[in-house]
Amino acid sequence: MRYDSLLDSLGGTPLVGLPRLSPSPQIRLWAKLEDRNPTGSIKDRAAFFMIEQAEKDGRLSPGCTILEPTSGNTGISLAMVARLRGYRMVCVMPENTSAERKQLLAMWGAEVHFSDAAGGSNEAVRVAKEMAAAHPDWVMLYQYGNPANARAHYETTGPEILADLPEITHFVAGLGTTGTLMGVGRYLREHRPDVRIVAAEPRYGELVYGLRNLDEGFVPELYDESVLTTRFSVPSDAALKRTRELLDKEGIFAGISTGGALHAAMGMARKAEKAGERADIAFVIADAGWKYLSTGAYEGTIEEAEERLDGQLWA
Amino acid sequence: MAIEVRIPTILRNLTDDAKVVEGSGATLDELIADLDSRYPGISERLVADGKLRRFVNIYLNDEDVRFVGGLEAKLSDGDTVTVLPAVAGGSR
Repeated sequence: MRYDSLLDSLGGTPLVGLPRLSPSPQIRLWAKLEDRNPTGSIKDRAAFFMIEQAEKDGRLSPGCTILEPTSGNTGISLAMVARLRGYRMVCVMPENTSAERKQLLAMWGAEVHFSDAAGGSNEAVRVAKEMAAAHPDWVMLYQYGNPANARAHYETTGPEILADLPEITHFVAGLGTTGTLMGVGRYLREHRPDVRIVAAEPRYGELVYGLRNLDEGFVPELYDESVLTTRFSVPSDAALKRTRELLDKEGIFAGISTGGALHAAMGMARKAEKAGERADIAFVIADAGWKYLSTGAYEGTIEEAEERLDGQLWA
Repeated sequence: MAIEVRIPTILRNLTDDAKVVEGSGATLDELIADLDSRYPGISERLVADGKLRRFVNIYLNDEDVRFVGGLEAKLSDGDTVTVLPAVAGGSR
């Protein structure tokens, strides 16, 4: 397939069946391969839509500085688009993210400002908001509250999935900014009112939650609970186990958050099987495993890998 | 009826530093009342005006209780309840 430029090739990713993980011909799992995007993750869609919208609104013009709290994929996507469009990119990132992400951001020319490991992305968001206040001319696209993030999935990811799988019964994705689930979820519900929209939320080691005060938590502004059918918290050992299962059984080398989504998808498959219902369950491969090799997630036993991941933001 | 309850670091000052405690109740509401009788103050950290606090997430066997009845969620023997603060998460 031919495109005028890299950005023009955004989206249009394959939806592939998982014949060996699907329980039966009546209950089928389908993976949306979002690692096949320009920088290798689903975040390219949100980054491109947020920058396009800011340009249309007159918030961004060449030479502007973009600031974003991000522990990786969104920053990498924004840095790529920013480089092509002539913007300076500053990321605020928790220090406990993988080495590959730091290197990739630097490669695409982003400047990285580190926030404390304790507190995870909450802390990165807080620091970025402070920096934005100190630099009123910088543009914070703010993926957690930018409607263009969810719109990217409403206009592209959702229609692609429905076109490829008109018989869809479930959509499962990781829950972070909530953009994917909100956008795809709303689109699918308009066309398949009975579709079940299922969120898989990563459950990290204690360090990440440790210093969180219960009154100072964080819920993304984009989040609308009514779009979801349900929401699961997936512990790191289950996510690791499923990530490896996906590789062993279907040959797909995915990042760890994808293991979380697969875990929730398999749970829905089991439920459908018990209820004697047919199911076509689509879930998102958010990115490939390359960026997580240094975390040790793919080596040794699950227990060893889990120990190495403790305290890291694996999704 | 024993239900395993996992307590986040931030609330362990109320549970003598225990990570996991046991409780009982037919619903989440009853479970929280039972916990509060032994660990006074825990209820008001989780619930305000008869609803779960906005930045508190409670999971019943890993499923967000807000989708399975909230405080009215039905519990059974052997269930695991996990309490966590709402966080922004990771690779965004």
